[in-house]
Amino acid sequence: MTVFEPKIIAFCCYYCAYSAADLAGSMRLEYPANIKIVEMPCSGKTDIRVLLEAFERGADGVYVLGCMEGDCHFLKGNLRAKRRVQEAKKILEEIGISGKRLEMFNLSAAMGPRFAKIANEFTERIRKLGPSPLNKNSTIKEEE
Amino acid sequence: MIVAESKPLTEVANLIDNAKKVLIVGCSGCVTVCMSGGQKEVGILASKLRLLRKKEGNPLETVEVTLTRQCDPEYVETLKKYVTDDIDVIISMACGVGVQFLAERYNKWVVPGLNTKFAGGTTEHGVWEERCGLCGECILYKTGGICPIIRCSKSLLNGPCGGSQEGKCEINSEIPCAWQLIYDRMQALGRLDLLMEIQPPKDWSKSRDGGLRKVVREDVKLDE
Ligand code: SF4
Ligand code: SF4
Repeated sequence: MTVFEPKIIAFCCYYCAYSAADLAGSMRLEYPANIKIVEMPCSGKTDIRVLLEAFERGADGVYVLGCMEGDCHFLKGNLRAKRRVQEAKKILEEIGISGKRLEMFNLSAAMGPRFAKIANEFTERIRKLGPSPLNKNSTIKEEE
Repeated sequence: MIVAESKPLTEVANLIDNAKKVLIVGCSGCVTVCMSGGQKEVGILASKLRLLRKKEGNPLETVEVTLTRQCDPEYVETLKKYVTDDIDVIISMACGVGVQFLAERYNKWVVPGLNTKFAGGTTEHGVWEERCGLCGECILYKTGGICPIIRCSKSLLNGPCGGSQEGKCEINSEIPCAWQLIYDRMQALGRLDLLMEIQPPKDWSKSRDGGLRKVVREDVKLDE
């Protein structure tokens, strides 16, 4: 049997998700190796162009992690990120890549388990969607 | 500023047809301020087009350049080094003026990436509103600084019409009646007497009639 191993980029806010990822690590929680983390100073750094380029460069799925609404270290960065992610989802739909390949989630630095849960669920979602239509030669590994 | 918005992606994709390499040109003027054709939007359009083409298995090469202004020949000239033989299409992300200036200067197929909407301003971040209809002879001094040409649906000079209802225009109940605004403002300024004057028909020959208009300033020309 073959399984599709998606490439997933997680843009993580330094103040919440990045620390939550650390915490998940020290709690020895497992999350898929498919996730590549990119640290951001705030989810407000989210840029539509960068999200699109992640897909252009081979990502099968992308998500942005920001602080809980109302708790952004820079007050409104996560709310701005939310709108940009919405817009980028529309663009992906328009191009025919499926907006479901992009999502934004909120969590706090103390939520190591939530970090792992999001990583697992999102990987599962992308696995079901299959490789991005841009990645004709995606890595399909033989399951041992 | 001139306010514009991006054309739908599918339309732009059709405009460039089967081009292999496109030059996408932004403008740092008005369209950067109204967030439709600056460096950032050029990057996003380039990325969208590349993604679309990659998906179709017909890859597209993009070159991105943003000029200080596209409505000034000295800046249009600086584009020269990017207009190489292998560029199939130029997409201008300026207003219609910029598109035409590029087309006049370069012997290439130039297409607009934006729809140019109006002369207006920012009313809140992300919202732009029309304010001036570029009529060629400003009458704002007669109307307390509120333009009836563009803000009144019927461009009335002696308003309001009978359709003004509770401060709203009969054409669209979301739009404030310009003449109600004018009346309220004149009242607040104690100048209602000005509204008693009947305005003669406007001289529309100074407006959009008879081909392109020109402004010439002999004192600033450089020719001998
Ligand atoms: S080309 Fe158009 S958008 Fe650019 S600065 Fe000139 S008027 Fe403004
Ligand atoms: S009166 Fe004419 S020039 Fe003045 S704001 Fe209205 S349309 Fe523009």
